[in-house]
Amino acid sequence: MKIRKIGTAEEKIELQMTPMIDIVFQLLVFFVMTFKVVVREGDFNIRMPAASAASSAVEDFNVPIKVQLKAGLGGTISDIIIDDQESLREAAANKNQMYELLSLRVAEYKEETSVGDFASELEVEFDTDYDLRYEEQIRAITAVSGRYDAEDNLIKLADKIKFKDTTN
Amino acid sequence: MKFKQVADTGDDSADLTPMIDMTFQLIAFFMVLINFTNAEASDEIKLPDSDLARPPETIPDFRLLLGVESNGKIIAGGRIIDKASLLKPTLDREIDNARGMRVERTKIKVIIRAHRDAKMGQVQEVMQACRDVGLEDFTFRVKERPRRSSGGRFG
Repeated sequence: MKIRKIGTAEEKIELQMTPMIDIVFQLLVFFVMTFKVVVREGDFNIRMPAASAASSAVEDFNVPIKVQLKAGLGGTISDIIIDDQESLREAAANKNQMYELLSLRVAEYKEETSVGDFASELEVEFDTDYDLRYEEQIRAITAVSGRYDAEDNLIKLADKIKFKDTTN
Repeated sequence: MKFKQVADTGDDSADLTPMIDMTFQLIAFFMVLINFTNAEASDEIKLPDSDLARPPETIPDFRLLLGVESNGKIIAGGRIIDKASLLKPTLDREIDNARGMRVERTKIKVIIRAHRDAKMGQVQEVMQACRDVGLEDFTFRVKERPRRSSGGRFG
């Protein structure tokens, strides 16, 4: 029986480059196309237990600060009313100041209710107009959740954020 | 003067090794950076930004992602739902899934990704629909903004 001679030592094994480069470029194009710059995202937690569920007595200790957000033209903020009493529109020259004031008021309230080093647990309840843009709501939530002092340190304000029940 | 003759191997093909090196480098780079975790997040939704939002510290046992587009349409479970009142079947299905993973409905984290121009009322309708089926842990997802660029944006 004759055995066919397979390539001798002198015969160089030729690597087929073309298909490999084809595939490699395919992969490259795929990854380039699907590449998306990752934006860091953060969260604001909102806890809203069902209305009927016995809202525990512990929660009733703190009366939440009621913040009403009034929508103006095009869903922008037109007024912020704290605890049905103070309207921030007159006091503030523009929108930025309105949020700044809101933050300040919440900070004052927190200071008043805190005893010594024991910071009070603060709850804010929003009552927002239907048409208000989500972006404005986030600005308001940002304003009540914390503020930066002169040295750029973060002071935490409201610990809990909820929304007024729309059902009742 | 004599010149040394450059080795003539007889084939004119260019040396491919550096190119393949580079290409593999690029592939490795993009492969490492790609992340599919947010594949479910719609590109249509432009999140508002805030300098106080922090990335979540704990990973919830079960998360339910709800997108609200600027026109009020809701993205849930990979499909588009016209209004919040039609959300219940999707929510029920997700709660079933969670139960399969032994997560109670009160422990489900509802992540709301709303477009910055969406109306707050629409977002609240979505939240109400969730509360009607017993979900209570909500979170608003926003884009993180570096501290220094804050202020004066909306003037």
